[in-house]
Amino acid sequence: MSDYILYPGCSMETGARAYYDSLKAISKPIGLNLKEIDDWNCCGATEYFGISKTPAYALIARNLALAAEEANGTRKLVAPCSACYLNLVKADHYMREQPKFGRQVNEALAAGNLSYKPGSLDIHHLLDVIIYDIGLDVVEKNVVRPLKGVRVAPYLGCMVPRPDYDHRWSDHDLPVELDMLLKTLGADVVDYPLKTECCGGHMPQISPATAFEMLRRLISVADEREADVMTTICPMCQLNIDGYQGEMNGFFGTNYHMPILFFTQLMGLAFGIEPKELGFGLELVSAKNVLDAIGVKTPPEAPTPPVPPRKPRKPEGLPMPTPLTNPQIETLKKEVTK
Amino acid sequence: MTEAVSISSTPISDPRQIEDQTLLKEVASRTAGVSNLEMCIQCGTCGGSCPSAVEMEHTPRRLFAMLRAGMREDALKSNTPWICVSCYHCVVRCPQNIHIPDVMYTLKTMAVDAKLVQDSTAPDFSQTFIDMVEEYGRSFEIGLASRHYLKHFPLRLTNMMPMGMGMLSKKRMNLTPTRIKNMKQLKAILKRAKELEAEQ
Repeated sequence: MSDYILYPGCSMETGARAYYDSLKAISKPIGLNLKEIDDWNCCGATEYFGISKTPAYALIARNLALAAEEANGTRKLVAPCSACYLNLVKADHYMREQPKFGRQVNEALAAGNLSYKPGSLDIHHLLDVIIYDIGLDVVEKNVVRPLKGVRVAPYLGCMVPRPDYDHRWSDHDLPVELDMLLKTLGADVVDYPLKTECCGGHMPQISPATAFEMLRRLISVADEREADVMTTICPMCQLNIDGYQGEMNGFFGTNYHMPILFFTQLMGLAFGIEPKELGFGLELVSAKNVLDAIGVKTPPEAPTPPVPPRKPRKPEGLPMPTPLTNPQIETLKKEVTK
Repeated sequence: MTEAVSISSTPISDPRQIEDQTLLKEVASRTAGVSNLEMCIQCGTCGGSCPSAVEMEHTPRRLFAMLRAGMREDALKSNTPWICVSCYHCVVRCPQNIHIPDVMYTLKTMAVDAKLVQDSTAPDFSQTFIDMVEEYGRSFEIGLASRHYLKHFPLRLTNMMPMGMGMLSKKRMNLTPTRIKNMKQLKAILKRAKELEAEQ
């Protein structure tokens, strides 16, 4: 058993519930013992840095301080969300790189009776832990239902393989770790050249046209390469590709249907865990095709409530001329042709 | 045979004297960590690596040249920092190890302070997001989405309907915010951090 402190991040409890559920389901078989930081707060995503520097880093550092306090014997902190992971690593890295800045952040933490010594935690992304700490041999031992014949496009997004302060990944643009994991699960790995391209991040909320073009690139290439499903390691990537695919299709007049699952969901599936425990069915672009391909019976999907139809207009709502009767039309026609 | 090129009679000044590096230095000092901003060699690798450069008024390279030239208003008015998606392609390719996205964050802060923001969509989104975090300690998507979309994209609401309904019915969005236990502590930390930021 390997012990880790877990920083889940906000989206694991809401938008990426499937990620959290499947992580909980697979952690026992692979011997991953996770202890959630008590009373953690949001990492500020990519939003706080652009507003104010010191508060942004103090917000992150509160989590680091709490994690370091709770770290009994283990120094290892794991984050499954890419943005959370990068923020935690970044705060630790910059506090070390610039001691003056580190002292300033600690001065803010002191207002809450906390402190954090930069470098005292070893911060990893979940995929990194599974590949390099747990090991693919342990993963392989657990595979009872190989994902044979399922074509999976591995998609990592930006913030884990880059900036990669500690040089953990095989490549900044085309890392092979996720491919190796999927291969271990028995999946047919698609050569996906856009695996670390950006999903647009918060762009659907800022500049939709920019976001839709970025999503179109990712989805169309996965589709051209005949992927059945994409898989990701980041809640934001999943939300953008899954949630905004419908709106993107409307924007370009396309008809893509490209489901995207968390890599932990595919792991659980290969481990023979029930799809319901892994959060299958929570995706908006249904990934039922994956389950069908390996012959897993799917639970009947909860019907999405239909959008309520528009109320019929009241006839007295707006003053409109009464429709003409047929004889009236005939007389009008005659008058016109005269 | 061509005439020898005549050199202008006006003496060439020392470029270090022409350059007013106060703006460049200000941006670098307000950026977390060691930004290396003053090391830019204008190679343009950043712009060439950028997935959203096409939407930018100035590529990062050009923007950094503007900072070096002291073009404060033009640089802070640029939409470039707001279009940056923080993908870090430029960071890993920059031969000078400039922390480009972090410089972009600094420019956003400075543009808001100087009231030089052209389009308020992005800063409003960040501010709304952070308002929720400062209130609850966690992000609160439905509160954020409704406030942001009603203000900036009311016409998109019909297109967003299927997604919103799906997210709600699959319980991927909470109707009520989650509040952390020790909000008092977080508020004290952030209050002190804001004071420290203002002192700089």
